[in-house]
Amino acid sequence: MSAIASALRRIGALTIDGIWRLGFATRFLFAVLLNSGQSLRRIHLTIRELYFSGVLSLLIIMVSGLFVGLVLGLQGYDILQRYGSADAVGVMVALSLLRELGPVIAALLFASRAGSAITAEIGLMKTTEQLKAMDMMAVNPIARVVAPRFWGGVLSMPLLAALFSAMGVFGGWVITVVVIGVDDGAFWSQMQAAVEFRYDVVNGVIKSAVFGTVVSLIAVFEGYDCQPTAEGVSRAITRTVVTSALAILALDFVLTSFMFRG
Amino acid sequence: MMSRTALDLWVGLFVAIGFAALVFLAMKVGNFSGLDGAETYRVEAPFDNIGGLKVRAPVKSSGVLVGRVAVIRFDPAIYRAVVELEIDKRYAFPADTTASILTSGLLGEQYVGLEAGADTAMLKGGDRVLITQSAVVLEKLIGQFMFDRAADAPAQ
Repeated sequence: MSAIASALRRIGALTIDGIWRLGFATRFLFAVLLNSGQSLRRIHLTIRELYFSGVLSLLIIMVSGLFVGLVLGLQGYDILQRYGSADAVGVMVALSLLRELGPVIAALLFASRAGSAITAEIGLMKTTEQLKAMDMMAVNPIARVVAPRFWGGVLSMPLLAALFSAMGVFGGWVITVVVIGVDDGAFWSQMQAAVEFRYDVVNGVIKSAVFGTVVSLIAVFEGYDCQPTAEGVSRAITRTVVTSALAILALDFVLTSFMFRG
Repeated sequence: MMSRTALDLWVGLFVAIGFAALVFLAMKVGNFSGLDGAETYRVEAPFDNIGGLKVRAPVKSSGVLVGRVAVIRFDPAIYRAVVELEIDKRYAFPADTTASILTSGLLGEQYVGLEAGADTAMLKGGDRVLITQSAVVLEKLIGQFMFDRAADAPAQ
């Protein structure tokens, strides 16, 4: 009996804790936005974070994009050639990358590569009481530490997703045109006829910007909100990756149903 | 006070590569030079049956893309479908132009084909294309075929 009661109590406590954290995260977002002025005025702080979350993610994004493109090319060719339309493999690769795989996989990689690093950094700063020390010196830690990392992530994510898609298209071209021998002209002309700038490319960029904002917010929030212990930091990092992945996939469904219906 | 650092070089490189990728996607993958951004005018065309025509389907004349389908709606006043066509300003069509719903290939997507007439007056924004030809409905075609066969049969 007491086991059931304690289980119910646990569910209740988890629910209340979740809602509490959601409210705090919303207030935190507003605090970050309000304190963003400084990260624009002292732009070198944001540039530094662009380096850490953008430049250092370049390699993994480009290599992953290339391999995803290679696989899409192989699988697409295998299926499409059964229907005698192997030329359309370029369309398939480009559309699936621009609309879905580019923003989503780039965001998942970004969350695990850059998001976790941001959480770890801020969490450790909190654990070693650096944030408190800043507060004592009248330096607002949200403006000095959190906002530049947030904006660094928001700005670098669309560029990384575009790079992922471009590398994917290149990979698809390599495998189908260079290796398998699909006609080069048909590959590009069919792709250009089917892909539309405003509809496919711009919507993909919007998606990646939304993912970038969400992942960056989750990363800085989890770091700022973590328990100031070694275990707390490790938990916060895990939560960043898990929550980001769930948020990306759920938001992707919502955005897709708004953008690509009919 | 501010001086260039090695970091700036890397970030600059990153931003440049990122924008290069976007330009590549816009120019090479998606044909940016298409109709996007070009000025257009809208004409309406009533159809008895639009078949599987979709919004954003191409509008072609002699096989060349001249516009896109903007809106498809049902007009309860005339009990017909009204298709609004967004046509590039560069292409003017005579007022007695024929609009027909055609299919590219055997199972391809449907598009609107425009065939120019001989009128000296040109279509303006908001005008109506009066001569239209509906989409071919496979069931009707088969029905017609069977009817013709049945009519031919006694003569044999």
